[in-house]
Amino acid sequence: MNEKIAVKVDDLTVAYNYKPVLWDIDLEIPESVLMAIVGPNGAGKSTLIKSILGILKPIAGSVSIYGKPYEKQRSLVAYVPQKGSVDWDFPTTALDVVMMGTYGSLGWIKRPRQKEKKAALEALEKVGMLSFKNRQISQLSGGQQQRIFLARALVQNASIYFMDEPFQGVDATTEIAIINILKELRKAGKTVIVVHHDLQTVPEYFDWVTFLNVKKIATGPVKDIFNDDNLTKTYGINYKVSIQE
Amino acid sequence: MDIQEYFSLVFSDYTLRTITLGTAILGAVTGMLGSFAVLRKQSLLGDAISHAALPGIAIAFLITGTKDSNMLLLGALVSGLIGTFWIRGIIKKTHLKSDTALGLILSLFFGFGMLLLTFIQKQPNANQAGLDKYLFGQAATLVESDVWLMAIVTSICLLVMLVFWKEFKILLFDADYTKTLGFNTKFIDILITSFIVIAIVIGLQTVGVVLMSAMLLAPAAAARQWTNSLAIMVFLAALFGAFSGVFGTAISASQNNLSTGPVIVLVAAVFVIFSFVFSPSRGLLFKQIRFIKNRRDLQLHKTLAFMYNIAETHDDISHPHAIKILNNFQGFTRGTLQKLVKRDYVTLTGNMWNLTEEGFKMASNLYNQQSNNNE
Repeated sequence: MNEKIAVKVDDLTVAYNYKPVLWDIDLEIPESVLMAIVGPNGAGKSTLIKSILGILKPIAGSVSIYGKPYEKQRSLVAYVPQKGSVDWDFPTTALDVVMMGTYGSLGWIKRPRQKEKKAALEALEKVGMLSFKNRQISQLSGGQQQRIFLARALVQNASIYFMDEPFQGVDATTEIAIINILKELRKAGKTVIVVHHDLQTVPEYFDWVTFLNVKKIATGPVKDIFNDDNLTKTYGINYKVSIQE
Repeated sequence: MDIQEYFSLVFSDYTLRTITLGTAILGAVTGMLGSFAVLRKQSLLGDAISHAALPGIAIAFLITGTKDSNMLLLGALVSGLIGTFWIRGIIKKTHLKSDTALGLILSLFFGFGMLLLTFIQKQPNANQAGLDKYLFGQAATLVESDVWLMAIVTSICLLVMLVFWKEFKILLFDADYTKTLGFNTKFIDILITSFIVIAIVIGLQTVGVVLMSAMLLAPAAAARQWTNSLAIMVFLAALFGAFSGVFGTAISASQNNLSTGPVIVLVAAVFVIFSFVFSPSRGLLFKQIRFIKNRRDLQLHKTLAFMYNIAETHDDISHPHAIKILNNFQGFTRGTLQKLVKRDYVTLTGNMWNLTEEGFKMASNLYNQQSNNNE
């Protein structure tokens, strides 16, 4: 395992109003892992990602990407928000949404051109959605919409990918297609961080895991720390999960 | 004056031309910016802003003592902006939802504005009468300088929109994601909101505080029905808005006593109703027609599939069968049989039917076709 640290979080504390949602999180995510963030509802999983990405403002703490502050390393980071966070009846096409992934590198005012369009088409092909490129996004199924979001992040050609519940409300085919792409990304040396709900699939999909419930419970390789003890600590009930060896 | 007379006069008559141009430009700019408000789910923000502008008008009059429309609109702009920032503040700092915040600011500012208006009415000042025209608007008071102001504001809006088109679009669709790409979303947001406020303020004189939000929403809602492209939607909304302005002015000018603002809004509403009913992809009419047609096709196909299952049991697919066995199939009618004959899927001889070659082929492909249609 490569010892380079891709993402480092120090003393991160986030609160909505009075109640802390995340409390004093220290986290080191090594390069080239496929990591799941698991925890019960309200554990702060999405909040953790959003605070790392600067969407939410933490009360305290800092985040660094490859040793530098996040603001200076934006181009290394891509984000796949929850599918339900946008209005899919927005008047635009699949290709157009994927093109948005190029806006960051374009910067202010400059318009996407042929080069950006080509990159977007390639990303669409990678997620198996090329034939839907001109489809109005409301006419896509939930799984297809998720693939479009994934393609938009792929276009960014980042080193670190943050994904908020990419498997939510998608069918089995899409789930497999997505996880295969994520595994490919890891193989290519990228770091992928996924908010995940289905504990059964953690050992199969991921090689790294973080247990979160307001505080960080544990983080490390799935084979070492994905056990009943940590699950019980995180979910608060006597949780038994059978891990197939 | 009838409508015909109006259109012959509109180019020669100075007053008519000014008013028509003014309402057309106003309709275009509000339609354009209204698209953004609608897509941001901030439809009611316009209503709150326009109502929030009223005390500004009254205070500007109290301070300056003039009825100079530019002065009053400046007051409207200031209080409209204050209202907007208060709304944002309430949403951000309290647990209140946006509809509550909007309603609160709307009624608070409007109530205060009305209070000031009645106060001004009681003042022994000859100048006072006429401020209440800002309630429902009075297009007839538009003068050339007002139209120039509208034209300049519209040009600036258009220019800014073209320059920041990409940024506007991505912020409207996915604000959080926009932030992660390194864009200053607050800046884009303030830019859009400020333009909406400005567009509302320049329309107050024409359409009035009470109806102004319709100018934002109606053209945009109508335009959304016709297209799945943001650019075309914005363009159509501007077009519908401009036409509402022109037709509204024409109707009100030709029917001497009708107030222009409400007529413009009603014309815009006609655009909305027409679009809701007749848009090919989203309209109610064609949706219903497609629905009925699909049901009929499905019924037909189910009958054909039933026949196919019977025919399959024979080596000869066109082996004749009695019509009465079809009665076992629920949903079978004489009508469907006639339609199948008409399409050459089935031939009838006396009381017997048999599948044709084509009918057999069709039936065996039915399932595949169904799934293709869904693609």
